[in-house]
Amino acid sequence: MIHTRNLPFVTTLGIFVIAYALCVLQFPNMLSMRVIGNLLTDNAFLGIAAVGMTFVILSGGIDLSIGSVIAFTSVFVAVLVGSLGVHPLIAFAAVLVISTLFGSLMGAMIRYLGIPPFVVTLAGMFLARGAAYLISTESVPISHEMIDTIQGFYFRFPGGGRLTMLAMLMLLVFVVGAFVAARTRFGANVYAIGGSEQSAELMGVPVGSTTVGIYALSGFLSGLAGIAYTLYTSSGYSLATVGVELDAIAAVVIGGTLLTGGVGLVAGTFIGILIQGLIQTYIVFDGTLSSWWTKIVIGILLFVFIVLQRGIIWYSNRRLAESRLKEI
Amino acid sequence: MSDTNSLLEARGIGKAFLGITALDAVDFTLERGEIHALLGENGAGKSTLIKILTGVYSRDHGTMRLDGAEVTPASVAEAQGLGIGTVYQEVNLLENLTVAENLFLGRQPRRFGLIDRGEMRRRSKALLERYGLDIDVDALLSSYSVAVRQLVAIARAVDLSGKVLVLDEPTASLDAHEVEMLFVVLRRLREEGLGIIIITHFLNQVYAVADRVTVLRNGRLVGTRKLAELPRLELISMMLGRELQHITREHQAQEETIASTAEAPIRFSGYGKRGSVAPFDLDIRPGEVVGVAGLLGSGRTETAFLLFGIDRADSGTATVDNQQVALSSPEAAIANGFGFCPEERKTDGIIGDFSVADNIALAVQARQGWAKPISSREKAALAESFIKSLDIRPADANRQMKFLSGGNQQKAILARWLATGPRLLILDEPTRGIDIGAHAEILKMIEKLCADGMSLVVISSELEELTAIAHRVIVLSDRKHIAELKGDRVTADNIMQAIAAPGHTEAA
Repeated sequence: MIHTRNLPFVTTLGIFVIAYALCVLQFPNMLSMRVIGNLLTDNAFLGIAAVGMTFVILSGGIDLSIGSVIAFTSVFVAVLVGSLGVHPLIAFAAVLVISTLFGSLMGAMIRYLGIPPFVVTLAGMFLARGAAYLISTESVPISHEMIDTIQGFYFRFPGGGRLTMLAMLMLLVFVVGAFVAARTRFGANVYAIGGSEQSAELMGVPVGSTTVGIYALSGFLSGLAGIAYTLYTSSGYSLATVGVELDAIAAVVIGGTLLTGGVGLVAGTFIGILIQGLIQTYIVFDGTLSSWWTKIVIGILLFVFIVLQRGIIWYSNRRLAESRLKEI
Repeated sequence: MSDTNSLLEARGIGKAFLGITALDAVDFTLERGEIHALLGENGAGKSTLIKILTGVYSRDHGTMRLDGAEVTPASVAEAQGLGIGTVYQEVNLLENLTVAENLFLGRQPRRFGLIDRGEMRRRSKALLERYGLDIDVDALLSSYSVAVRQLVAIARAVDLSGKVLVLDEPTASLDAHEVEMLFVVLRRLREEGLGIIIITHFLNQVYAVADRVTVLRNGRLVGTRKLAELPRLELISMMLGRELQHITREHQAQEETIASTAEAPIRFSGYGKRGSVAPFDLDIRPGEVVGVAGLLGSGRTETAFLLFGIDRADSGTATVDNQQVALSSPEAAIANGFGFCPEERKTDGIIGDFSVADNIALAVQARQGWAKPISSREKAALAESFIKSLDIRPADANRQMKFLSGGNQQKAILARWLATGPRLLILDEPTRGIDIGAHAEILKMIEKLCADGMSLVVISSELEELTAIAHRVIVLSDRKHIAELKGDRVTADNIMQAIAAPGHTEAA
């Protein structure tokens, strides 16, 4: 039996399977490991960032800085490696530390100054974007032996197609993220805060450190997504990834996580990413459709899911009322 | 001086907020293995005392001993660690988590650093079995009734703390059967030596479950007494702070409803809502003031909410001029000529940033529909006439409402409803928080309105006020209409006796 709280996830999964089946009916070639491999690689950076966003939204917050942090990271890495000749591993470590600190700073402001997450991360968005421009307004290409090795590394799927390093990184982030959410006290505290911050506090949840941890995690994963994006494009550009945070939010919500917090699954976000990738792939296969159809379909899906979530809340309330009446 | 059996001992507790004393030298002692009720009307200081005991507030004065050792809990978590657990009425557990997750939040059993869900499930099952609950602990808390949630909250608090259990209004939204279930658990915990503090408005429940009672009034201790030796009437007079002048035992509090010769144009029969107010009959005649009396939480405001359609009745019928009407929303009630001045003027009544004229015009506008806006000239004329007739000061229709005194705000709200020409006006605590001069004016206005043929329902905790203006008084207790007093019988003493009458103890 499906619990009501997993219904959005199951619905998303159902929609994905049906949509994929319909696509395959029209374009049989879409059912190949090559398509799936490309889909995973193309959306790797978005998927990594969306895992961080999942935690933020589960706690009832929002992080608008993600796209800017990705751009900042990619420019920063490109300049360090491409122009200054720093070893990529050192550059990676440096940006991960910076983005994590940036995230924890935003988390601390949200918690200890009582400023709404929307406002704090909006400021963070401008700040990170501005910092990226400050480093370079040009697209900075990078090439390094190690980066070439990483880009060239892949497993071959049985039926053709490649599981690249980037795709593996994203899958790893999803698996670890799902574990953290479901099987650690930190994860339980995130759900608790998303349910009701006040109740969580009265129940002894360390709300302060958890909030800082959530935004630090989101910052860290944005930095990691930035590294993935740099590897994906072999360059860093401060104008890139504008609005990626909104794509991430869309993936999270389509994946069945309640925007009000407290309910959702990391695995749902993965399906949300797959659905977005599927639409893009379909448009490529069709060849005549404008890429804006991606946005239109995602918009429609978002509406459907928000209505669905309201419907589920209404339904479970009504069922509860009915079961109470029966008891009497 | 410390009694060996005392579990929690608070002496001379004082607390002030911004110079206003909330608690003044209050003593409170909780024994091992007792259920101790804490009673008092609004603003008596119950919740302040509880918050000091459970670490939410720090105390300004006094000492607190737990098991003979002096303690000063600085946070809820610290109080929990010391052994003082609290179950709040509303902010309770997390509905979006499962039962097991709620029970073990923050202390989940772990294996290799990861939460061991199997172990958590087993322990939750075992824990709840002791409370007679055999439920699916992996189901969401929100899928269970309030009663079950309450038991889960108690199970968590006792498991976590284990010495003192504080229950803040635990029965407010439970039905009779669920209350009994809860009491069975409380009695068992008492046997195990726990000290239990229970805050409730329901006197029947106090007598049913508690051993001793402590009454607070206006931040001071009125007394701590054994319930077995405390007559109900005396407890009520401790709470209301009013001595009974003439106690006439032979007086029966309940009175039969006398069939009136005049047919009432507004009738409610069998009107009620589960968990809010038990079904009641109420006839309202033109030019009549019906008073509603009862202790805090007895269902006074809930009755008003039902009459005005804010809450929907789930039983009974409402009839206006022999036509059955459905009061499904305030809009429907307004359409039937009803008006309502709520108790919480600041939050429910006025719109502070709107002008006096806008506030007055609100109900008229609502009545004629938003599609037909009132012109500013009509609005000004309307405001002008009421400012004059009700003597609202300052006489400036354009002043923002929030700058008016409480009494004048109340008059403006009255004006809002009078402008619609209502036939029934419901006033919830019309004189709360306004000065004596305005108080008298409002009462005078009420008299004048009913002389003009309007019907009024007035809810008040001021017994003298009710007896001065009401022709009839409905007395409520434990969310039931228990008595109706008329004519000469409308006296403060009779109302108190009606509240205390044991005739209604077999509630449900």
